[in-house]
Amino acid sequence: MSQPVMVAGTIPVPALEPDSRWTYLDNVRRNTGPYTSEEFDTSDEAVSTMDRLKVLGAGGLGCELLKDLALSGFKDIHVIDMDTIDVSNLNRQFLFRHSDVGKSKAEVAARFVEKRVKGVSITPHNCKIQDKDEDFYMQFNIVICGLDSIEARRWMNSTLINLADPENPESYKPLIDGGTEDCQIAGLSTQLGFKGQSRVVFPTITSCLECQLDMHAPRQAVPLCTLATIPRQPEHCIEWAHIIAWEQEQPFPKLDNDDPEHITWLYKKALARAEEFKISGVTYSLTQGVVKNIIPAIASTNAIIAASCCNEAFKIATQTNPSLGFEENYMMYSGNDSIYTYTFKHEKKDDCPVCGQLARDLEVDPNFTLQEFIESLAERAEAQLKKPSIRAESHTLYMQSPVSLEEMTRPNLKKKIGELVGNGDEIAITDPSLGTVNFKYKLKFFKEYRAAV
Amino acid sequence: MTAVITDQAPPILKGPSDKEKKYDRQLRLWAASGQQALEDAHILLLNSGAGTVGVETLKNLVLPGIGKFTIADNATVKHADLGVNFFLDEDCLGKPRSECCVKLLQELNPDVKGDWFPREKGESLESLFGHGHNFTLIMYSLPIEAESLALVQKYAEKNQVPLLSIHSAGFYSYFRIHLPGTFPIVDTHPESTATTDLRLLTPWPELSKFAADVTADIENQSAHEHGHIPYVALLLHYLGKWKDIHGSLPSTYKEKTAFRDTVSAGARRDNPEGGEENFDEATAAVLKTISAPSLASSVKEVFDYKPSEVEASSSFWVITDAIKQFYGKHNALPLPGSVPDMKAQSTIYVQLQNIYKAKARRDISEVLEIVRAHPSGKDVEVAEIETFSKNAAFIKLIRGIDSTPPSIQTIASQEFENDKTAELTMMPLSLLPIYLSLNATSHLPSASSSDILATVGKDVLGASDNQRLVEAAEEVARAKGGELHNISALTGGMVAQEVIKIITKQYIPIDNTCVFDGIISRAQVLRI
Repeated sequence: MSQPVMVAGTIPVPALEPDSRWTYLDNVRRNTGPYTSEEFDTSDEAVSTMDRLKVLGAGGLGCELLKDLALSGFKDIHVIDMDTIDVSNLNRQFLFRHSDVGKSKAEVAARFVEKRVKGVSITPHNCKIQDKDEDFYMQFNIVICGLDSIEARRWMNSTLINLADPENPESYKPLIDGGTEDCQIAGLSTQLGFKGQSRVVFPTITSCLECQLDMHAPRQAVPLCTLATIPRQPEHCIEWAHIIAWEQEQPFPKLDNDDPEHITWLYKKALARAEEFKISGVTYSLTQGVVKNIIPAIASTNAIIAASCCNEAFKIATQTNPSLGFEENYMMYSGNDSIYTYTFKHEKKDDCPVCGQLARDLEVDPNFTLQEFIESLAERAEAQLKKPSIRAESHTLYMQSPVSLEEMTRPNLKKKIGELVGNGDEIAITDPSLGTVNFKYKLKFFKEYRAAV
Repeated sequence: MTAVITDQAPPILKGPSDKEKKYDRQLRLWAASGQQALEDAHILLLNSGAGTVGVETLKNLVLPGIGKFTIADNATVKHADLGVNFFLDEDCLGKPRSECCVKLLQELNPDVKGDWFPREKGESLESLFGHGHNFTLIMYSLPIEAESLALVQKYAEKNQVPLLSIHSAGFYSYFRIHLPGTFPIVDTHPESTATTDLRLLTPWPELSKFAADVTADIENQSAHEHGHIPYVALLLHYLGKWKDIHGSLPSTYKEKTAFRDTVSAGARRDNPEGGEENFDEATAAVLKTISAPSLASSVKEVFDYKPSEVEASSSFWVITDAIKQFYGKHNALPLPGSVPDMKAQSTIYVQLQNIYKAKARRDISEVLEIVRAHPSGKDVEVAEIETFSKNAAFIKLIRGIDSTPPSIQTIASQEFENDKTAELTMMPLSLLPIYLSLNATSHLPSASSSDILATVGKDVLGASDNQRLVEAAEEVARAKGGELHNISALTGGMVAQEVIKIITKQYIPIDNTCVFDGIISRAQVLRI
């Protein structure tokens, strides 16, 4: 050819016969590779099984996930998200426009991707994951979570593990979880934004999210007395305004984190308090950040984590290459200082309260009151239970609901642990964050019990 | 004391602007200065092949509000594009891919300008570069024609523009950054846990006096006072006592743990809590804070670097020179001046904060004086000197690609040697075979594995006998030059992060090649 050098696109795409939409995908679906297993099937029939797979995507990574799944050849996709679109989503959730602010995320995203990628069906569910029952989750082949809270993740995890029934192979739903807001390994990372993680769980077979819970330490709360009497940081002044001043003054009937008027009220309060104590650094942006617990988020990090999740779903669905799961099951990504990935196998815990068989040892001071013990459960990295109800082997220690049971068991809150149970006793804990699952613990007293005088 | 809080600007009682609302989640990462740099940038993508990875990268740059982007691509949209590229639809079939992608990308953010090339059929790439555009950064996706590559390299070299190459095929990808010359970074955003610098072994008079004041008659202080002595003062107090007994400060690990026990023993335990929180904090801080500050190797590297004549007059190197002199004189970097939160009464804590801030300010004025004495130091901004001094312990230099880089053979020998002991050292295996196999198809739409191995074999001895290289070549051949949307989306995310780091000059970019393996879900950064 005697054409002049044109633009870079002069490298022709490989000759395509026939010129089909899924040519590139079929390169890997219809050809074996050096790492594909012996069962890998390149026939028409095998490739078309993908059309019948049903995948569920949940939460904040939704936009990226839907795009990635649709262009990976999944045909029947469901999305579940209770949120509505906020203007601060527009810097990364690319299926939403300014005119969509206030609408349901699930519905707008589903409609957009269905329109852009022909032949894909996307069903939106504008609700909480907890609003759906086991029958709903049973219909899917793979569940991908991009949820932004530990509570929601734990609920999904325990729900899917509960589904797994050895009599029914269809009941084992691989769970793929991605997140950008709380990855940390033993305190290694604190700065979020360029970091994230993705992981794969085969329910009851490999390490589950609950086995890995202690990798996500709960946020340390500032003691109330610091807020009330000895603030030192701008955050302390804001929390004071948020927790104490708001309660006392009740400027509006109910605090709405998204109402600028409410945030401004808190900001002014915090600022006045900061001036009183000569503390610098209270800003509107910080006020908003503390009150809403805002975590930085950018498009590129979401893209990495969502695509990594979808990549694993694609490999599980097509067998085109080995997926994470049975060996390595966890990938951490960090882009703050160069690029670093850490991909490893998180071991399943036999005493995992959700997927394990054994009661887990729980060290406890028998001189704690039941109340103190319950509060400590919220902060312990391996438990993180905020509204637990507790049963001992032969009697109920405390029930959060119904009201009648709560009233009956309330007197126990003031009693000491050593008075209520013995060293080595087993207790069972339920909590709204766990769905229907029980935590089983074997109590180990690490101090001597001193009976009250 | 004259140094009251001067850095508390009068607060403005108004809410955020529309732009601040939209970009709130990213402004928390790179602040207004980083955002401004993004909005001033113009990025060029030379697109070719399956054409998705560069467009996915742009998506992640249009969303956070890059100023302008241009796509140069002379492909027309085919059915296969619709199965891999999200920024095309049925209506685009048969139309220029550049124009279609630009239009659908622009929908993501009305604040961003988009342009495409060629505007008319047959326009040559030379005319794009001749147009007097000022590209901030150029990306090209592989495979690319050798002539086009030569043109873009020449332009980047001449205009000192960072150049990124990206190659995504099947489950594999790599990208490589070619920075023009050295790339210094001040605002590296170190982990907050790493930045505590309290100088407890070398306190200055004001700090010593403060510690003596708040620990005076420590045995007889009320429970409230005793339980609220900030741990900085506690440690200084016990260090003084230790020195009186031992004649020197604790320096070995054994001495430090013994010192820690002394601190711990000072806590009162006859209270309902059975201890004191401030003493717990002091005990926990001993090993981290009781050690002489040493210069990080990355800072040493900056100090040792000999800037060229042109570089030497830039503000970065002028300030570096001043900080180096400061370090030579004091055997310490300027004090950052921040104090971590600790159990203390409000007034006492603020007093302590001010002591650190005042010292930091004195250090900055000393650096400022040295800067001003420098022949090129007259116009250096004070704000820049302040930022630099506060972050001096974490500055970083990326050197750019060497004029005579090590040969691929040298790198390969090193990597394959490491692989032999990988099991023992629990290190992941090298991803170099993936780079080599992709690189062998830099100018080809697709190739067989034997062709790939033959090309790699020209640079690397025994390529076709290396099992992992053979497998990587087979996997690349399997993709037939096609992209998987997922892998390109993931790679586009990684590249966009790097572009943001380079444009904002914040955080630390890779040096200089990143390889991603979507089969084992792992990345590796190599200097090639």
